[in-house]
Amino acid sequence: MAYDKFNILKTTAVPLPIENVDTDQIIPARFLKATERKGFGDNLFRDWRYNPDNTPKEDFVLNNPTFGGKILVGGKNFGSGSSREHAAWAVYDYGFRCVVSSFFADIFKNNCLNIGVLPVQVSAPFLEKIFEAIYADPKTELVVNLPEQTITLTSTGESESFDINNYKKDNMLNGFDDIDYLLNIKENIREFAEDTPL
Amino acid sequence: MKKTLFDKVWDSHVVHKIENGPDVLFIDRHMVHEVTSPVAFLGLKSRGIPVMYPGRTFATADHNTPTINQHLPVKDPLSANQLKALEENSKAHGISYWGLGHEKNGIVHVVGPEYGITQPGATIVCGDSHTSTHGAFGAIAFGIGTSEVEMVLATQCIMQQKAKSMRINVNGKLSKGVTPKDVALYIISKLTTSGATGYFVEYAGDVFRNMTMEGRMTVCNLSIEMGARGGMIAPDEKTFEYIKGREFTPVGADWDKAMEYWQTLKTDEGATFDKEITFDAADIEPMITYGTNPGMGIGISNGIPQAESVEGGVATYKKSLQYMAFNEGDNMIGKPIDFVFLGSCTNGRIEDFRAFASIVKGRKKADNVTAWLVPGSHKVESAIKEEGILDILHDAGFELREPGCSACLAMNDDKVPAGKYAVSTSNRNFEGRQGPGSRTLLASPLVAAAAAVTGMVTDPRELMQEELV
Repeated sequence: MAYDKFNILKTTAVPLPIENVDTDQIIPARFLKATERKGFGDNLFRDWRYNPDNTPKEDFVLNNPTFGGKILVGGKNFGSGSSREHAAWAVYDYGFRCVVSSFFADIFKNNCLNIGVLPVQVSAPFLEKIFEAIYADPKTELVVNLPEQTITLTSTGESESFDINNYKKDNMLNGFDDIDYLLNIKENIREFAEDTPL
Repeated sequence: MKKTLFDKVWDSHVVHKIENGPDVLFIDRHMVHEVTSPVAFLGLKSRGIPVMYPGRTFATADHNTPTINQHLPVKDPLSANQLKALEENSKAHGISYWGLGHEKNGIVHVVGPEYGITQPGATIVCGDSHTSTHGAFGAIAFGIGTSEVEMVLATQCIMQQKAKSMRINVNGKLSKGVTPKDVALYIISKLTTSGATGYFVEYAGDVFRNMTMEGRMTVCNLSIEMGARGGMIAPDEKTFEYIKGREFTPVGADWDKAMEYWQTLKTDEGATFDKEITFDAADIEPMITYGTNPGMGIGISNGIPQAESVEGGVATYKKSLQYMAFNEGDNMIGKPIDFVFLGSCTNGRIEDFRAFASIVKGRKKADNVTAWLVPGSHKVESAIKEEGILDILHDAGFELREPGCSACLAMNDDKVPAGKYAVSTSNRNFEGRQGPGSRTLLASPLVAAAAAVTGMVTDPRELMQEELV
């Protein structure tokens, strides 16, 4: 599925300084029954965000109007557990285009890259600085520069570079997905398959 | 060049390499279930392309299915709709479909091996993180997202960077009451839930050599819980014996040819791993988790660790204990429980039911416990009946349900109520995993059985009636 191109993102950010946020928290299993990809943002962090009677939990960050923006900043080992891409869809559908953490779980990271959410891995000290800066001033903006592969805290000017492979970077910059690429080399795949018995 | 088992299987499936980018990896077998596939099929539709090799894809319904009255229409309209979508998509694209009510239906990672779809040296993917189960046969098997499900349907390939390699050795002899589940929970407790992220794990050493295929599946299944892309064990005579004669296993000359390849599937002497860790089997006792991720496990006779003694943030740790309503230093033994769940792709195989039955035989289910015993497949269900296990369970006051993922992720009606404690043989104890507000203690079938008959966390070694083989 094609997605919006990603280049430079300058925005405030939402802090979620919890470690090991698993995809069951990002989107609980009972909301995986849809057969289309829409509306998942409504249930992003459902059980942290709402009480059982569906009233908002006031102490949860998404219910706090002080914080907002297109970047979600999470604690170490973000996105562990289930492979459900619905978790990445929920993050995207809610309005985030980038997730920042000091460590990402593998499948979640891949899923994000496949749907146009940029996972930005920073050092643990820099993550702490980001949290501190946001709490000190929720209007603090972050600049995520994909062409340069840097993330900058505008309040202090501090910056760090992040890794992304050239292929995925190119995809994100142009809004391409892997299937476009694979369909282009279908003949190579066909030859390979003929030599590979079932 | 000396190669690891992982290198051998991965490298032989690379169709194309992209510099400073992913490999295009050919996928031999693709398993599909109802939850993570519908959007992938929609993607094919919007692109106007077919499934490239429908014969390499196998569909079964498991995540969303009821575990009672499977002969009746599914009551929840959303679940029914998703099951219908899988059936229609499978039929439209010529994919084999083992839906609800089909004699071969069951949890995707249980039926794959049962019917010989899972084979050594194969690449196997599924939109489910516990696909790592199939690594028990020396396959490269891992979970993928829905975008990747669409890629495999469309082109039989995915694009991923090759993972780093890790070997985990466990040597020595396991003590009484220590099962493959305990070995896995022990390793995860040592590595944490992110300790193997970015790696593909090979399990080696006497403990895995001596394990049954069911046990190896349990271990490989849980690889993802320490963050690993997958886990695998070199195939041996036990593996070949297990797969021989199954429906999708090659026969005759094809078998001989396959065996020639399969026998090469081991790590070369002297091959190096990016990381290697060794544990002693004697250090492992029956395990139980006390927190909200699978790395928060301890030997059952131990107390809950102090926040300061664990790796990671104190605030996150305290939040976790608060959710569980446990305190640092608490003993796990004697904690009252409300539910017991035996089942899932981790521990829903015949051996798990045998272990459970060995403890409950001649005893009675505790009155305060609701027990859900859910076989991983119809084949497991049949074996439970044929081996007389069902009679033992009935005599002890237990009922057997019908196959499916059930309370492992509680997408169907098998939900543990808020605030209640469940001893579960499944794979995740995340907040709300078994129902909103539920509290999960992960453990082996033996620990689950001991809890089921006593109504509290109990050391199964005290109830063991005979030495386990």
